[in-house]
Amino acid sequence: MTEPSGADGSFTFTFDGVPVRGVPGQAIGAALLVAGIRSVRRTPGGSERGMFCGMGVCFDCIVLVDRSTVRSCVTSASPGLVVSRLDGGAHADR
Amino acid sequence: MNVSAPRESADVVVIGAGIIGACCALELARAGRSVVVVDRGAIASGTTRSGEGNLLVSDKLPGPELDLAVASNVMWQQLADELATDFELEHKGGLVVARSEADAVALRALGLQQQAAGIRCEPLQPDQLRSFEPELTADAVLGMSYPDDAQVQPMRACAAILRAAAERGVDIRLHAAVQDLRRDTTGAISGVVTSNGTIATACAVNATGPWANELAALAGSSIPVAPRRGFVLVTEPAAALIRHKVYSTSYVDDVGSDEAGARLSPVVEGTRAGTILIGSSRERIGFDRTVDMAIVRRMAAEAMALFPALGRLNIIRVYGGFRPASADHLPLIGWDTRVEGLLHATGHEGAGIGLAPATGQLVAALVAGVSPVVDPAPFAPARFATVAA
Repeated sequence: MTEPSGADGSFTFTFDGVPVRGVPGQAIGAALLVAGIRSVRRTPGGSERGMFCGMGVCFDCIVLVDRSTVRSCVTSASPGLVVSRLDGGAHADR
Repeated sequence: MNVSAPRESADVVVIGAGIIGACCALELARAGRSVVVVDRGAIASGTTRSGEGNLLVSDKLPGPELDLAVASNVMWQQLADELATDFELEHKGGLVVARSEADAVALRALGLQQQAAGIRCEPLQPDQLRSFEPELTADAVLGMSYPDDAQVQPMRACAAILRAAAERGVDIRLHAAVQDLRRDTTGAISGVVTSNGTIATACAVNATGPWANELAALAGSSIPVAPRRGFVLVTEPAAALIRHKVYSTSYVDDVGSDEAGARLSPVVEGTRAGTILIGSSRERIGFDRTVDMAIVRRMAAEAMALFPALGRLNIIRVYGGFRPASADHLPLIGWDTRVEGLLHATGHEGAGIGLAPATGQLVAALVAGVSPVVDPAPFAPARFATVAA
């Protein structure tokens, strides 16, 4: 659901269903950090991951958008965007 | 950790702070020797950091290398239990896949030979494979499961073992390049000259991997060890796609091949971080580090033939390095035939991580003059003496 834009052009998108505020040109990862969300996924080994290099190299901050993985640090947020966590899945440590 | 003053002399100087040098140092220290480890770079900065950390029994035919691997796998578990640092020992198990009837026949025969040598393996039919490794290509004719194939994070393991060695008094000197091997009037080793000091010793262990022949040359010797380049592709992190270390039957042939040109065979596995590692390539091309994109593309294509779902993922990194390949694909572990006091521990090709603990024990036993857990004769550099003379 798209929230009305603010006077500063700010908008809302969702991360795992939670509304997050973004501004035009802002990366998803940056908006999440501003919102205090540091972990964007969990590895198959169970560790938390978030923005690390912040410039598209390390792929640690990947998230799911439209069924494909994107690097949240270099992908712009937009109004109403649906972003989800990419958690490790069923392969537990053995 | 004990901090002791740098040693001016030692019973043994281990040259190389990779996994082989680390295991040699730890076992020598356990046997009561005073040890200095020197390396021109950092810990695990050569071949150790260039691979996947395989502890494999599946790719080995019955014989001395398999014996060394079996002894090593027992020791790896002991190290994981004993050492303070976790190095991600994972008993993920191996799966070898045949995609033609001819390959299936060969794989079945290999499995029977290995079973006769005491290796656990189990053939899996296509319907069993679907639950064992769900994303595997549907054209697999036969799989062979090896529950004892395992993996470690090799850099962490190397550091953990060196830390344990340091706690036993081993002096580790990094960024100390060996410039000369000093010899006495009889020609025996008397010291190791480095860019960071000289250490008097009667015994030098050559654990310099693919650079071992250059090191031997400093003492006027030579051994048939040469670099064999390999690349590893790393995918972006993904939800668990691949459960085991999976490779095609062609890998076993490639390991034993002598071709100079690139040999490729797909080896695919997931890591705890979520990335998927894709190997493998083998080339005799010297120490050329240039990434060959044609090879990278072929490796990716072969991996996708095993796991079509990999096509959805991006490759984010390629790394590579040089395996220390010996002329007969067996490691060289033992005394140099020409230079007294020079002990080689190299030539493990792509199996060095797996074979390191037993190699260390073998080296310590040779230094002590006692009999090791594994028969050292097949690994003796003397087997090349007539060729090299």
